Amino acid sequence: MTTNRRSLILASGAVLATPRLAAAQDMPGVTATELRIGGTNALSGPASVYSVITKCLQAMFKRLNEQGGVGGRQVNFIVYDDGYQPPRTLEQTRRLIEQDRVAFLFNQLGTPTNSAVHRYVNQRKVPHLFLATGADKWANPKDFPWTIGWQPSYRVEAQIYAKYILEQRPNARIGLLYQNDDFGKDYLHGMKDVLGARFDTMVRTATNEATDPTVDSQIVSLQAAGCDTLVCGIIPRFAAQAIRKVHDMGWRPMMFMTNVSVSAGAVMQPAGPEKGVGLITSDFRKDQSDPAWANDRGMAEWREFMAKYVPDGDLADNNFTYGYGVGTTMIQVLRQCGSDFSRENVMKQATNIAPMDIPTLLPGIKVQTQPSNYNVIRQMQLQRWDGKSWVRFGNVIEGAAI
Amino acid sequence: MAESETLRSVTMPEARNPARAWRAILVLAGIVAAFAPVYLLESFQLFQLTMAVIMALAVLGLNIVTGYNGQISLGHGAFFAVGAYVTAILMSHFDWSFWATLPFSAAICAAVGYGVGFPALRLGGLYLALTTFSLAVAVPQILKHKAIEDWTGGVQGLFLVKPDAPFGLPFTSDQWMYLVAVFIAGLCFWGTWNLVRSRIGRALMAIRDNPIAAEAMGMDIAALKTGAFAVSAMVTGIAGSLSAVAIEFVAPDSFGFGVSITLFVGMVVGGVASILGSLFGGLFVLFVPNIAEAISKAAPGVIYGVILILFLFLLPDGFAGLLRRIAARLTRGRQ
Amino acid sequence: MDGLAHQIVAGIATGGIYASVALAIVMIYQATHHVNFAQGEIATLSTFLAWSMIQAGLPYWVAFFATIAVSFVIGVLVERLLMRPVQNAPVLTHVGVFIGLLLIFGNATGWIFGYTTKVFPTPFTSDKPLAGGLISAHELGSTVVTLVVLTLVWAFFRFTKLGLGMRAAAYNPRSARLVGIRVGWMLALGWGLAAAIGAVAGMMVAPVVFLDPTMMLGILLYAFAGALLGGIDNPMGAVIGGFVVGVLENLAGAYVVGTELKLTVALAIIIGVLVVRPSGLFGRVVYSRV
Repeated sequence: MTTNRRSLILASGAVLATPRLAAAQDMPGVTATELRIGGTNALSGPASVYSVITKCLQAMFKRLNEQGGVGGRQVNFIVYDDGYQPPRTLEQTRRLIEQDRVAFLFNQLGTPTNSAVHRYVNQRKVPHLFLATGADKWANPKDFPWTIGWQPSYRVEAQIYAKYILEQRPNARIGLLYQNDDFGKDYLHGMKDVLGARFDTMVRTATNEATDPTVDSQIVSLQAAGCDTLVCGIIPRFAAQAIRKVHDMGWRPMMFMTNVSVSAGAVMQPAGPEKGVGLITSDFRKDQSDPAWANDRGMAEWREFMAKYVPDGDLADNNFTYGYGVGTTMIQVLRQCGSDFSRENVMKQATNIAPMDIPTLLPGIKVQTQPSNYNVIRQMQLQRWDGKSWVRFGNVIEGAAI
Repeated sequence: MAESETLRSVTMPEARNPARAWRAILVLAGIVAAFAPVYLLESFQLFQLTMAVIMALAVLGLNIVTGYNGQISLGHGAFFAVGAYVTAILMSHFDWSFWATLPFSAAICAAVGYGVGFPALRLGGLYLALTTFSLAVAVPQILKHKAIEDWTGGVQGLFLVKPDAPFGLPFTSDQWMYLVAVFIAGLCFWGTWNLVRSRIGRALMAIRDNPIAAEAMGMDIAALKTGAFAVSAMVTGIAGSLSAVAIEFVAPDSFGFGVSITLFVGMVVGGVASILGSLFGGLFVLFVPNIAEAISKAAPGVIYGVILILFLFLLPDGFAGLLRRIAARLTRGRQ
Repeated sequence: MDGLAHQIVAGIATGGIYASVALAIVMIYQATHHVNFAQGEIATLSTFLAWSMIQAGLPYWVAFFATIAVSFVIGVLVERLLMRPVQNAPVLTHVGVFIGLLLIFGNATGWIFGYTTKVFPTPFTSDKPLAGGLISAHELGSTVVTLVVLTLVWAFFRFTKLGLGMRAAAYNPRSARLVGIRVGWMLALGWGLAAAIGAVAGMMVAPVVFLDPTMMLGILLYAFAGALLGGIDNPMGAVIGGFVVGVLENLAGAYVVGTELKLTVALAIIIGVLVVRPSGLFGRVVYSRV
């Protein structure tokens, strides 16, 4: 009785308000002077190492706003903390979309966290752009057309290593050490993709948890199993331990390390630079401690930006070169939008980026998207540690098509 | 003889009515308060309130075994996870409806709780806390194990879909979810309230306060304690099932030992051994992180810990205890 | 066989880590009959303080002993300010305070120092690998340090009046007070010593696992298992327990259950010990008669 009357009133109110509502829904987050966008990151808790990416991005938007903004509007990038907990990511994302009414989402961090909101944002048709994760599943234009990643996936990286191993050592006995989560498992899948039926005979695996104190036991197991090649999908802390342990044991396998854990400052120095000689990895970024880029124009632009807008930032932290890359991509998309920041147009522009150079990416590696191909960065280059820095060799390799 | 007859006929009716009337008014107010948000709140806030109700239910579960029975559990996140995964697996792999999964989830969680209750008999106080803490730490790793990966979805987790309102009722799925949560939580709260006021409830509290005397009185300590664990696990597990559907996603990373600690803090702040306290605990657990984030973006955990310690020092009875004392002072004042 | 030897030695090396943290846990238990969940986090904070001192230019051993002193003070302050007011409260309150400490110390460390991995130097280095590459100089050095601390602790409790007073205060505060022991200060002393031992453990552990705010979390569980296995009121037992847990964990991970269930192994040890023989291998068995 009261219920029905109340619903009737609400419904008629909604109908009367529809014209205005419709206009607002066409371009949520957009006013005459402001463009509101949102994101989530682990601003607290153990994963908060990556919160510097948010710092970098907000500084980039500050610079953009000082230069006049984009499409005549100032960009307001709202970021909430999810503590790397999927339920909280959902809550914060819903807050951004339903309460703050942001235009779209940008650079949300993490695989399990983004998984929690993956279906929700696609149902609501909210652009879910340039996620901060290398998991493979974001490049799926058919099923999830509103979600797009950015960095090359870990799975593609593992495929590249597997291909290289088969070239160099067709009968290798491979040891694979990976972290027991989404990140590490992508390496497992990538190797399986290339090795196929030979995987079981060629590869011995070992896993570790992020809470383990050391990975020494796993390294010892793999050596004892007779492996002559070692591939590692582990975080920087364990990478340093692994490099040190392998060297101290007197084991000299052909060793590959995920490009997440190869920073000269955070991994090679603690491990002992001479102990990692011969270590192979890949990357798509320029390593800021590499003397080859001392006079590079792109890196100079990045250093100038850091000095002016993030003066307390740690220049050795490659999350800043990452942030600069993904921020540059985003700003390019915004510029392509002109002044139409509707969600449809933003998504259209994000999936139609002509191959572009980014200051912090290696020469030859470009950012590009097409509506049928959501892999934003498809190339990497192998590099080898020589005791002082990473030396690139070979050509820029395109990711393996599965 | 005549005097006592007159006394009886004069005092008893007056003493009975005010308490009964108050209780009826409160219950009615509670029901209105429970339904009002459906029409007053937007989707997102309704979602938040739904999560608060679910957490309140989880804290209630913890209260049964720790608050009322004195067995300290720092691992209730494990039961929360079991409930969530049972519902997720049944809905995602076997296409069961949500309602069908509930009894299953309740039964399995009760069984797990019972199983945990046995070694718990030998442990007391601190050691039990330590053991349950270890359980909480080990849970994500167990969930990720490849032996059960085909069922649990491993690190990628499982996806669910919120049920829509049946029979074409005019509710959005968010509103329906809220009503479902309130209904189920209401049932559990009512059931627990009855349990606490019954003989079994008193026995549980007796075991907590003076185990030796309780045993001397002839209570079957083992059965009561393991039973308390079973019921407690069941209630928290049901909360887990609700959360799986509300969030539409389960993954091992959602169930680290942070959940167990959160439930514990909620129980203490809301009020140990208090039904109303569990409700406060749920609200606290959901809304304080947002407040903490506003105070300090980088360290909400510190604020959590500070609040916990402050409550332990200043308000050991929690919010519910505070309310109780205020109510007592008011009624005393009136008399 | 070579692999087995390697695993055992690696297990002894990690076991050394667990043993040193287990010592701190036993210290607290002997002094207060409490198991402090926040022990690891306090140790981590101390290690970060040491790191800051070394970064500021202090030589290693100066920073080492300065950190021990500072940690001692922190432990005493925590006991006086936070444990004293609730000393007569039920166990639940104590557990709550420990959890609160865990939250505060754990998050504060991350907040102040950030979560990036840092390098912590070791004073033990050698130019060539020892024992055929089985063990590193640091592992050897830190094991020696653990044993030295163990001996000091054992001697303290066994031969000094202060140690005896502390044990008395923990076992029976009322009677202790009657014979003139200042129970309150005994407790504070116990906490201070435990914090100091924890700091030593942290400084020995950090060069191996690299310094970051979450480094102790994984270790704590295994250290508990070790302390319980050896006997929570017996320092030597705890150290042996720590080594045993280290080896068991490695062997079980390599040969039995796979590395994915190592935490479950620790859990199983804890439950097993508490159910089968709660006093541990070397602890004193306490019977209570009603």
